[in-house]
Amino acid sequence: MIDQITVFLENKKGRVASVARTLADAGINMTALSLADSEEYGLARIVCGDPEGAVRALGEAGYRAKVVKVAAVAVPDRPGGLAELFEALDDLDVNIEYCYCFSHSDDAAVFALKVADAAAAAKAVWTLEAKGFKALKQSDL
Amino acid sequence: MAKKTEVLYAPHEQIEEMQLAGIKKTVIDCYEHIDFYKKSFDEAGFDPYSVTSLDDVARIPFVQKQDLRDAYPYGMLAVPLKDVREIHMSSGTTGIATVGAYTEHDLKIWGECFARGVEYAGGDENDVMHVAYGYGLFTGGIGAHYGGVAAGCTTIPMSAGNTERQIRVLREMGSTILCCTPSYAMHIADTALEMGLDPARDFHLRAGIHGAEPFSDNFRRDLERKLNYRVLDVYGLTETMGPGVALECWEQQGLHIAEDHFYPEIINPETGEVLPDGEWGELVLTTLDREASPVVRYRTRDITRIIPGQCPCGRTHRRIDRIHGRTDDMLIIRGVNVFPSQIEDVMKTFPQMSSWYQIEVDTDHRSLDIVTLKAEPNPDVDLDSMAAVERLQRQISAAMKTALSVGVKVKLVEPKTIPRSEGKAKRIVDLRKEK
Repeated sequence: MIDQITVFLENKKGRVASVARTLADAGINMTALSLADSEEYGLARIVCGDPEGAVRALGEAGYRAKVVKVAAVAVPDRPGGLAELFEALDDLDVNIEYCYCFSHSDDAAVFALKVADAAAAAKAVWTLEAKGFKALKQSDL
Repeated sequence: MAKKTEVLYAPHEQIEEMQLAGIKKTVIDCYEHIDFYKKSFDEAGFDPYSVTSLDDVARIPFVQKQDLRDAYPYGMLAVPLKDVREIHMSSGTTGIATVGAYTEHDLKIWGECFARGVEYAGGDENDVMHVAYGYGLFTGGIGAHYGGVAAGCTTIPMSAGNTERQIRVLREMGSTILCCTPSYAMHIADTALEMGLDPARDFHLRAGIHGAEPFSDNFRRDLERKLNYRVLDVYGLTETMGPGVALECWEQQGLHIAEDHFYPEIINPETGEVLPDGEWGELVLTTLDREASPVVRYRTRDITRIIPGQCPCGRTHRRIDRIHGRTDDMLIIRGVNVFPSQIEDVMKTFPQMSSWYQIEVDTDHRSLDIVTLKAEPNPDVDLDSMAAVERLQRQISAAMKTALSVGVKVKLVEPKTIPRSEGKAKRIVDLRKEK
């Protein structure tokens, strides 16, 4: 599992830029940024080196930011790598709230997924590992 | 020994005798000294010298807020200006202010009335009263101040604003009674929590006397938990005196009207008919011994009822229920009457939500009313997915629909986007009025 920061944003001009600026001013480098949005609000999901520091900096800047544990799996860097991963998850029949991919070095991509229930999340990671996928920890990033 | 003001325990027949005597005097005073009443009584065919029982009161014409405004500045004075010691004015957000004038006697009665709040809180001269109502033309600050002084409390005139200093003084001066609007008390509590304090432990409060705006039972419990004290409601209005017309006792089962100084009636706001105790309607007040600005059957526009029966505290002065809203605060949304307190009650059933919210009423392109509730979730609530946000919005919206019979669009907003109040909370923004 890795630490992800979720920031609740109103869908207004300049809000994402201001999140990025806040983190920059706190000297925090983002590894991944994923945005979910509706007409009125959005959720920014951020992976970075110092999650606690990021939450603190964002909180002080008036944002609602929280650390959330999400599962992370290394995606094989070849055609079909991600398809195999999804197929393995389909077989599991767990409810995935959201997921996104990012790469953090030249030859590796990371698949992050949030399963609502912690027990189901552990089971999902365990199954993926059994099928030869590599689960990642915060220290792997 | 806690103070026990005798008149608060007098048999009700005795209070009624005082009230009859007070009304007789007040109607004659008004008729003889104030042009408005002379004209109004004459037109209604009411002879001010004909009052022989409290039943006669129903024959007397009402006075409305607009009548007081029309008399601005001194048209409602019943004494020469040289006898007036102080002037207050109502907020006047909607136009010309209404003026309340006080003789020395009136100020003394005001202090005594508010001081009953201290007595109801079981307090005495050992208490330190922290007054964080605004001082000035608004009657809140000075009324509470006179009450604190009359009760013998060590009274600290903080006025509203500069919340961090309020918090420092609350801690360091050991204030035991806090007087301010309920929303400002909540703001003080929340700010203290944000500063890393635990106000339940770090303050020394025993009671809060919080009025000037309606609040729900849930809001009260929330405040009581955060500040570890007892919240007592206070009612009053500039047109009849200021805070202290009615105050809640320790039982928290309604507000005792100072029946030795005010004669209360509840009327049907549409017909003007007087309603029996227990029924909800508009509160009408007549002053019994006010010298400078007496009023006869003033329509307060506040919706309440007189609670039947006697209070367990043993005091005989009748109680009004917590103010349910105002005849003019009541929102009519798609033909349905909605009171801000109903919205408040719904919000408090959601532990995920903070006390900061605002209702916006607007019309769409077909001129239909649309209601949007903007609300800040509590900081520790998990809103990690769109599904979670939408689920919470749907739940609140459904609860509103059940309670109000009106569809409400719920919009969660970022922290600190709802304006923080240091006076009266602005819960309702009615954009329809601006069109």
